[in-house]
Amino acid sequence: MGKKIEILDVDSRQIMDDIKKAASPPEEVEHWVTIYVMGKPYQVPAGLTIMKALEYAGYRFIRGSGCRAGFCGACATVYRKKGEYRFRTALACQTTVEDGMYLSQIPFVPANKATYDIDKIEPSPTTLLEYYPEIARCVSCNTCTKACPQELDVMYYIQYAIRGDIKKVAELSFDCIQCGLCTLRCPAEIQHYHMAQFARRLYGKYYQPKSKWLERRLKEIDSGMYEKPFENLAKLRENPEKFKSLYYKILHEGMEKEEKRIEDPLEFIKGED
Amino acid sequence: MTLKLIRGYPEYMRESIEMVEKTRDQRIKEKEKEKELALTAEEREEVLNKFHPDYAPGGKRELRVGVNQGEIVPNEVADILEAWPALNPDEVDLNDIDYDVDVLIIGGGGAGTVAALWANYEGVPAENILIATKLRHGDANSMMAQGGIQAADRPWDSPIIHYMDVLGGGHFANKHELVKALTEDAPKIIKWHEELGVMYDKDEKGNFIERWGGGTSRKRLHSAKDYTGMEIMRVIRDEARNREIPVLEFSPAVELITTEDGEIGGAILWNMETKEYYVVRAKSTILATGGWGRLHIRGFPTTNHYGATADGLVMAYRAGARLRDLESVQYHPTGAAYPEQIVGLLITEKVRGMGATPVNKYGERFVFPLEPRDVEAAMFIRECFGKGNCVQTPTGMRGIWLDSPMIEELQGEGAIRKNLDAMYRMYKRFGIDMTKDPILVFPTLHYQNGGVEINANAQVLKGDGSPYPRFFAGGEVEGGVHGKNRLMGNSLLDYNVFGRRAGISAAKVVRNSSKPGKLTLKHVKIFTEEVKKINVPPERRSPILLPDYRGKRVLARKIDLPVMQ
Ligand SMILES: Cc1cc2nc3c(=O)[nH]c(=O)nc-3n(C[C@H](O)[C@H](O)[C@H](O)COP(=O)(O)OP(=O)(O)OC[C@H]3O[C@@H](n4cnc5c(N)ncnc54)[C@H](O)[C@@H]3O)c2cc1C
Ligand code: SF4
Ligand code: SF4
Ligand code: FES
Repeated sequence: MGKKIEILDVDSRQIMDDIKKAASPPEEVEHWVTIYVMGKPYQVPAGLTIMKALEYAGYRFIRGSGCRAGFCGACATVYRKKGEYRFRTALACQTTVEDGMYLSQIPFVPANKATYDIDKIEPSPTTLLEYYPEIARCVSCNTCTKACPQELDVMYYIQYAIRGDIKKVAELSFDCIQCGLCTLRCPAEIQHYHMAQFARRLYGKYYQPKSKWLERRLKEIDSGMYEKPFENLAKLRENPEKFKSLYYKILHEGMEKEEKRIEDPLEFIKGED
Repeated sequence: MTLKLIRGYPEYMRESIEMVEKTRDQRIKEKEKEKELALTAEEREEVLNKFHPDYAPGGKRELRVGVNQGEIVPNEVADILEAWPALNPDEVDLNDIDYDVDVLIIGGGGAGTVAALWANYEGVPAENILIATKLRHGDANSMMAQGGIQAADRPWDSPIIHYMDVLGGGHFANKHELVKALTEDAPKIIKWHEELGVMYDKDEKGNFIERWGGGTSRKRLHSAKDYTGMEIMRVIRDEARNREIPVLEFSPAVELITTEDGEIGGAILWNMETKEYYVVRAKSTILATGGWGRLHIRGFPTTNHYGATADGLVMAYRAGARLRDLESVQYHPTGAAYPEQIVGLLITEKVRGMGATPVNKYGERFVFPLEPRDVEAAMFIRECFGKGNCVQTPTGMRGIWLDSPMIEELQGEGAIRKNLDAMYRMYKRFGIDMTKDPILVFPTLHYQNGGVEINANAQVLKGDGSPYPRFFAGGEVEGGVHGKNRLMGNSLLDYNVFGRRAGISAAKVVRNSSKPGKLTLKHVKIFTEEVKKINVPPERRSPILLPDYRGKRVLARKIDLPVMQ
């Protein structure tokens, strides 16, 4: 494998400096917008995320910034646009600022979580209701769905929860980042995301079938059958060149014939010196 | 007003996209042939030496203080290791203990949470455990992993082949006892997750749907859509909450506490909101503070969470722990290069694993898509800055295309929504449909390959190589497992395996020993003396806790008034 690639004559240090320059924010700002941070106006460059715009304006986050990539829900934000009455919701790290945004961050939601022993539950269609009885109070207003920055069908999964369809709740809620915006907006005070977490764990544990292959592998490991090959490899390490060539053989062979079982990798280099 | 965009891209970028579209059918037909592009060992060397930020000169220097004095590390890392301690030990009263616990866990990400659970399983009561963390519980790199976790559980795979892959990926510089532990424990970890109710992608029989990861010889990447890290993290966090394990949020550790007999006896925490400190005394201490992405080594953007500032390295180093493999930094080949709002954020390797090919400005393939990360990243930089076959964005970033629409053709329509929903959603938020258009990528700072050296029991090693009996580490903060380069899916595994081992080891300490000896911060003073000798600017202090992204204009006018401090 591998064809000769051309040898390039370059100044590596210069390249690194160029990369650094390319990755830093541009010096000149071409377009500005005005945002209102909890009512106070600030001019910030257009095209930033809400999070970066707040930082540009001089705020240094302690709360309200976690992953900075749309995975943790730390940056839940409620805003309104100038001239509108409607409240909108967003993730500050995943939303571009617009001129005339009135912004307020919601870094914490005091939602209640049920505690339970996952091993002692026998899931049934009423399990979710038992632990989160308030879901029955849903008035189907769909506010939660509208609030969800992940665009999940939140009301639907609540409806399925009421009906006891754990699988549907698990699937529909899977992309939930637990930002809490649905819960804050819900007139029935439902703790959607904690309930959904419970449903997913029940589904993962009790409804998804268990892997047989995994069982088999665990038995093999317990039987000690890999100890010997591990020892052999430890010995082979004393010869680094041989060890390396074995690695490349396994790698390339695996890429060619994935489903070939190798009991003992040393078989590969049997008879070789 | 602003630049006119057509389905998310400016017109000039569209021209390049058209070239990508033209070659797509042919490339799909010849997908199998991509393997021929895989580089030989010598070719890998050539490319790494010239184009990998780790190898290019100018980015590193020799450490002048501490246990690893004389070793080479990235400048940004040397800056914080050679800094003045942020905490003045004379301002702290160690006799006034705020928390007296069995197990102190520093860092509430994946490793910390796993350690807490296993310490609890092993008999340490929840109320005697304390997790101290910088942001919220779970605001961590662990929450962000998309691609998956490796474990050899398919019939034609084995822990031994996994072991070989880890070593080869790490350029054979890994610590063998750790790699063995990693690969042998892997199936147990997946089993544990199954029992906790982690929703992995499975087939109808219950076996895992497994995919290729770069640099592996078998498909062994287990995933939960492209929210794998989030799914595992939120389940273990939920379990920690069920068990009512105490967590102190927004209260990072700022210094370890040592004991008169040379042990670790807890830590000083600092409440970032009220600015008060807490003294924690602990029978055993577990370091789980994660990585260093927010140091922006060599000016690269990063995939990491806000709190990834290498505090754990700083604290452990001052206390006398040995660090290793810090000269090697992992840059992920595919960070977003466009649009500006998401520059540096991760495009999971799974996108390539599912068939998307990296192509240059002209729609040509130039690299085997699943080389180990360092090689792949270097090849991208070569194409952009060595050959100039790249697309430049309106803000000056350069990148090459990752031809995501191929996934839909190869795996069937809807495959992206089904498996890469997080990616799809992120691009859609900025007006780009990755099922129809390719996405622009460039390497991004991703992972701390090395760290605090541990042994197979997760005990931290001192400068002389002997283990601290009461001090453990797990996850990205620790080093040795991955050698000089980590393969995808092995760090989620790492934090589970060594978080678990740390928790079990800590519980053993709790069972077998009494309170630690007399607490002291003498080590901080000794270290300060060392720093004094080497001319460090007075404002350079660490741990830095959080990066500072405030605008230059504001900082230029910022003044501190001697009131309201
Ligand atoms: C975007 C992204 C994608 C990834 N994808 C994958 C993947 O697909 N597969 C894979 O295997 N790996 C992946 N990784 C790597 C993997 O997620 C991490 O290496 C791993 O989760 C680290 O776990 P950890 O517990 O050691 O650190 P973290 O999860 O980062 O946890 C560390 C915690 O400690 C806290 N902390 C920091 N300093 C202090 C302090 N001074 N005091 C108290 N607390 C502190 C942090 O805020 C954080 O909460 C990815 C990483 C990122 C960033
Ligand atoms: S379901 Fe609720 S908690 Fe989950 S992402 Fe949507 S709004 Fe946030
Ligand atoms: S907001 Fe509350 S009441 Fe309205 S639909 Fe959603 S769950 Fe039901
Ligand atoms: S900071 Fe994590 S979702 Fe925005």
